Amino acid sequence: MYDVAIIGCGITGASIAYRLSRFDLKTVVIEKENDVAMGATRANSAIVHAGYDPEENTLMAKLNVRSVELTKELCKNLSVPYAQIGSLVLAFSEEEAQHIEKLYKRGINNGVEGLRVLSAEETKEKEPFVSDDVVCSLYAPTAAIISPWEYALALAETAVVNGTQIMFSSEVSDIKKTDEMFVIRAGEKEIKAKTVINAAGVQADRIHDMVLPHEFEIIPNKGAYFILDKCEGTRTKHVVFQCPNKDGKGVLVSPTVHGNLIVGPNAVPSERYDTSAKLSDLVFVKRKAIKSVPSVDFRTNIKNFSGVRPNSTESDFIIKSTDGFIDVAGIKSPGLASAAGIAEYVEQLMCNSGIRLSEKTSYIKDRKQIRFKELSHEERKKLVESNPLYGRVICRCETVTEGEIVDAIHRPIVPRTVDGIKRRCGAGLGRCQGGFCGPRVVEILSRELKVDREEIAKDRDVSYILKRRER
Amino acid sequence: MYELAVIGGGPAGLAAAYSAYQNGLRNIVILERDKELGGILNQCIHNGFGLHRFKEELSGPEYAHRFIEMLKDTSVEVRLDTMVIEITDDKKIFINSPKGYECIEAQSIVLSMGCRERTRGAISIPGTRPSGVFTAGAAQRYLNMEGLMAGKRVVILGSGDIGLIMARRMTLEGAKVLACVELMPYSGGLTRNIVQCLDDFGIPLYLSHTVTEIRGDKRLEGITVMKVDENRQPIEGTEMDFDCDTLLLSVGLIPENELTREAGIAMDPKTNGAFVFENMETSIEGIFACGNAVHVHDLVDFVSAESERAGAAAAEYVKNGASDSEVIEIVNGADVGYTVPQKLHRNTKAEKIDVFFRVRRVFSKSRVVVSSGDTEIAVFKKAFMVPGEMQHLVIPTDKLRDFDTITVTAQEA
Repeated sequence: MYDVAIIGCGITGASIAYRLSRFDLKTVVIEKENDVAMGATRANSAIVHAGYDPEENTLMAKLNVRSVELTKELCKNLSVPYAQIGSLVLAFSEEEAQHIEKLYKRGINNGVEGLRVLSAEETKEKEPFVSDDVVCSLYAPTAAIISPWEYALALAETAVVNGTQIMFSSEVSDIKKTDEMFVIRAGEKEIKAKTVINAAGVQADRIHDMVLPHEFEIIPNKGAYFILDKCEGTRTKHVVFQCPNKDGKGVLVSPTVHGNLIVGPNAVPSERYDTSAKLSDLVFVKRKAIKSVPSVDFRTNIKNFSGVRPNSTESDFIIKSTDGFIDVAGIKSPGLASAAGIAEYVEQLMCNSGIRLSEKTSYIKDRKQIRFKELSHEERKKLVESNPLYGRVICRCETVTEGEIVDAIHRPIVPRTVDGIKRRCGAGLGRCQGGFCGPRVVEILSRELKVDREEIAKDRDVSYILKRRER
Repeated sequence: MYELAVIGGGPAGLAAAYSAYQNGLRNIVILERDKELGGILNQCIHNGFGLHRFKEELSGPEYAHRFIEMLKDTSVEVRLDTMVIEITDDKKIFINSPKGYECIEAQSIVLSMGCRERTRGAISIPGTRPSGVFTAGAAQRYLNMEGLMAGKRVVILGSGDIGLIMARRMTLEGAKVLACVELMPYSGGLTRNIVQCLDDFGIPLYLSHTVTEIRGDKRLEGITVMKVDENRQPIEGTEMDFDCDTLLLSVGLIPENELTREAGIAMDPKTNGAFVFENMETSIEGIFACGNAVHVHDLVDFVSAESERAGAAAAEYVKNGASDSEVIEIVNGADVGYTVPQKLHRNTKAEKIDVFFRVRRVFSKSRVVVSSGDTEIAVFKKAFMVPGEMQHLVIPTDKLRDFDTITVTAQEA
């Protein structure tokens, strides 16, 4: 019997697992896919928002602003790529300028620090490539960019180091509540737990309905992106937004922590798992982006993707506890930016409902990751002397060595796919998109996991790369 | 300190190193990231290599072997499993290998890193992101180097040479190649490859078509192909669905020049390679570039010839220093996409200049005019020119020396 079962290992589930892993609790995370961060967490704008956007007195406002510092600290401790580069919201008309004023006031009310309204000149000074049509902008120095999947992985891995269990490829099909526990059915497994935390992303309404009366619905909403080559990575220095409208926060242009430029998203209703990017989505995003930054060079595109937001019938996040069942649902934007605060809030909910949370005598809150690329010449020399595998570059675009890939495979959560390696150490993330290193990563995975290369999947279960030959 | 460091041990690097040796350098190193020399030739097991260079038809590995053998009797040092991480404008080279991370120095450098394939992202194909979408070269590597099949029911997007070669190769290995789809109204590959790799196997080639959707959540399940108009936009109502588990992309090659850019060498946006002089020198004296890192070639034979010039020039530089010369610029005239070289040293000792270029469209009977202002310097008659085939002019140097800029123009005859 587990004390806590968390359903879903996206950024929300992983943050909660990490937070709870310092307590004397027997915790399990049940994940439908074969890895951490397989839903919205891996396909979003990768922004830690400053917190001026959510309406006053909402959970979203409170938890987003609360998380700004928490996230920064976590990334430092867990060796997660993060950079506080600040954001700009551009206004292109008087009407939008009024909206900027409104956002400014809202931000102040929400407790966002350092907000300023910039004139057109000041805006151009900060961002030389933004459109000449800009009227003014809202500058938020606390906004940051982050690697969302590395963030989730770091949290989940550290939770595992502290004793949390994660069950992958385990889709919850049923939950029964008895007087003293929940009985969760996931494939062949039957998992018993005293407390259940529903962090199931686009499935959260279905999970809720297994236990409690129908209350809300998830309304999946899809957004498409471009990732441009590093040669475009300095096109903007800040996260450049447009004024929010009915379609969401609008199309942004921003550097990524990996040195690329991200452009997107649009917003269209979708199926829960439809991560396809349609031609119309891409055309729309391009057109909108050029309004902010006319010189974005889309010919340098290296990847398109779509992510599905778990919007819901509620306007705010749905976080509440009902007799040992805790919904953490409808975690749309700014979900990534609020994750640390959400976990803290869930901890409080558990405390309030009388669950005894006693800290372990010892637990690990830090994590180190070697990134060859970031080291000095001297450090690289020493590293290769310590282990020759760091002397072999496998991913030439991102300069990822065999040593880092082998490290990734032997970390607390074992990746079994090529994309799993990509998320952990960046091999295949670059301009050739794994064209060069892909076969080599397959070979290393096959060797380290002792399975045939035909058994190695690209991404989700059974997305095999190679076909067996019949002769 | 080395006299010459050659970055990349593919056909370009091999020829450059050998030529530098023949021209008197003795302290040469080839830095190769793979575990053997030969570069991409090692996975090109089909024939057709060497017809110009050796007057014989060789496979890729055989062609590479010729050069590797020639190097055996020289003092050229080869460092395998060695990746160049960074080069500086004062010719320091940071290298990484299992033997150690170190900085080496050289009096001269030849950049011969080759090129890489454009990917799905470069052409923004809409749809899902399943496995089963490969660059043609990655599938070729799996098959020819590792004996592994990328898939069974295949569509090929792009009619570049690697795609065409893979259409035949996958068919011979038992896959069903359903179609080859080309965006442009003409093929991007050599005519001989269209005939030998598609026509001979009854594989249809759809010109002016493209892939507009990729389907499948895990493995590729199917694609949609549409006809495109003259602006390369899909035409509604022309959708064709293919049930396939594999899509191979042969949609162009990009010279690999991250090291070049970081060293601050001037780049030509038209070739994505360095600006080079007739002796393959870049904007930094003593640093030369050759092969597919400068511009993408069709035939390895021309890579070898160009790289031999780079190697010889590096030797000349080490022995006699930089050539102090005025510069003649080569300008792209109508329908010429780029030229290599882009610049000439007015005082070059070379008696003739090799100019390579590609046309922007298909020409039947045509002429290539080399001119400066109103002066026609030379005219070359061509029976047929297509963008997929690199053009080659040889111009006596003395005809060019008096001009500051010369223009290369393609015209209907």
